[in-house]
Amino acid sequence: MKRPLASRLGDIAAPLTLLLVLCGTWEAAVRGLNVPPYFLPPPSAVAAAVVDRLPTLLVSAWNTLEMALLGLFFASVTAMVIALVAGLHHLLEKAVRPLAIALQVTPVIALAPMVSIWAGLDHADRAVIGLAAVVAFFPILSGAMTGLKATDRDLERLFRLYGAGTLQTLFRLRLPSAAPYIVQGHRVAAGLAVVGAVVAELAAGSGATQGLAWRMLESSNRLRTAEMLAALVVLVVLGLLVHAAMGLAEAQLLKRWRVGPR
Amino acid sequence: MIAALREAIVEYPGRGRALGPFSLTVEPGEIVAIVGPSGCGKSTALRLLAGLEQPTSGEAERAVGRGKTALVFQAPTLMPWADAAANVDLPLKLAERPKGERAERVAHALRRVGLADAAKAFPSELSGGMAMRVSLARALVTEPRLLLLDEPFAALDGLTRRRLVEDVHRLWESTKPAIVFVTHDVDEAVYLASRVVVMTRVPGRNAAEVAIDAPAPRPQGFRATALFRDAVEDVTAALERAAEVAA
Repeated sequence: MKRPLASRLGDIAAPLTLLLVLCGTWEAAVRGLNVPPYFLPPPSAVAAAVVDRLPTLLVSAWNTLEMALLGLFFASVTAMVIALVAGLHHLLEKAVRPLAIALQVTPVIALAPMVSIWAGLDHADRAVIGLAAVVAFFPILSGAMTGLKATDRDLERLFRLYGAGTLQTLFRLRLPSAAPYIVQGHRVAAGLAVVGAVVAELAAGSGATQGLAWRMLESSNRLRTAEMLAALVVLVVLGLLVHAAMGLAEAQLLKRWRVGPR
Repeated sequence: MIAALREAIVEYPGRGRALGPFSLTVEPGEIVAIVGPSGCGKSTALRLLAGLEQPTSGEAERAVGRGKTALVFQAPTLMPWADAAANVDLPLKLAERPKGERAERVAHALRRVGLADAAKAFPSELSGGMAMRVSLARALVTEPRLLLLDEPFAALDGLTRRRLVEDVHRLWESTKPAIVFVTHDVDEAVYLASRVVVMTRVPGRNAAEVAIDAPAPRPQGFRATALFRDAVEDVTAALERAAEVAA
């Protein structure tokens, strides 16, 4: 059921054309108006900076990604355990939900100084991982708690009819039923973990983490705006890659859940 | 008696009375059809017979254990993450039967519904009719004494539906469970059941009962006989009266 080639080419060509037009306008404007490069370098200079600094930028991107993924991992484990325990009883769930929402509405940037102190000033990477975990936590918990309640009523009746216990129903029915919600929660969380890692790194403001945000701070302090934008470009690409990877993983994992024509 | 409702009334908080008073006694091995206007409480009556709900007042009595009761819904209600065999295996697994016995009984149940080759297929790969057969196999795998069917063929196309309806008799013949099935299709009710219970509008009460005096499985061309057509007329007339009474 593949779509025609022309339509799939359009998916790529249309946004690419827009990007080229925007960059072209930017380039022409910067050159025509004689904007100083420390204020706004042309895209060609940014591209040159990306190529020039690529080895450093890739290492930094890897550092950021690693911290974000570790944060995602800790968030996933904690959120899943809490969701499963909360799933055992509706009062437990009622107790957990408002606290989880409170954590979610707290801006991560406001938590950063405190977490930095707790992590120890020599362990900026721990603070970054911790903050990435904090922002990744809510979508996973929320998805899992919603999913655990979204079980087919009739399947639940069957489990009851055949004498299934609470734990059997939780692990054999409610958890697998929740899989689409849980996977979607992880997809959102992965993107947020990268954002959280960058915010935390900026807030920490120390070179110990050696991530992309540090590269940006460093270039900014030296007024090397092209290098700063180069780091931003790599960060955007990283975010897009994480998004695409999670989308692919979701499609693979959930093949079976999409029940065919009835 | 295998299961019985006596003057059973079900009331849901905030929604008022959903059923009753309604009475029905199911004898071992008989096939009973329940017909009635949509939303009249047919499914509620079935859940009472299954022991999944208790009546607000009146009595629901069951002479079969839960393990000997099976339920089939309008949708196949399969677990999408499990293949056909694992879906059929569910009741045995929850009852913690030994593994070898389970495999044998699952294979047997799938053979009975004509899906021996589809054991490894996932629900997303099955047609509507096949998924419904898997659902039937899951109900049959425990060799139930009481089989409850809640509009099991309503979502299928005409031909698939007719074939499955004919299969029900064939499946019933070997172990002769009592079958209670809910439908809004009068032809289907008369074709399958030895008696058809007609319910009124919500809250559903006993409106009429029509006995179908014909052998099961039905002989060839049964749908063309006067007996079939007369019974369909009787049930339809009773349904119309039942709707008027409530209106």
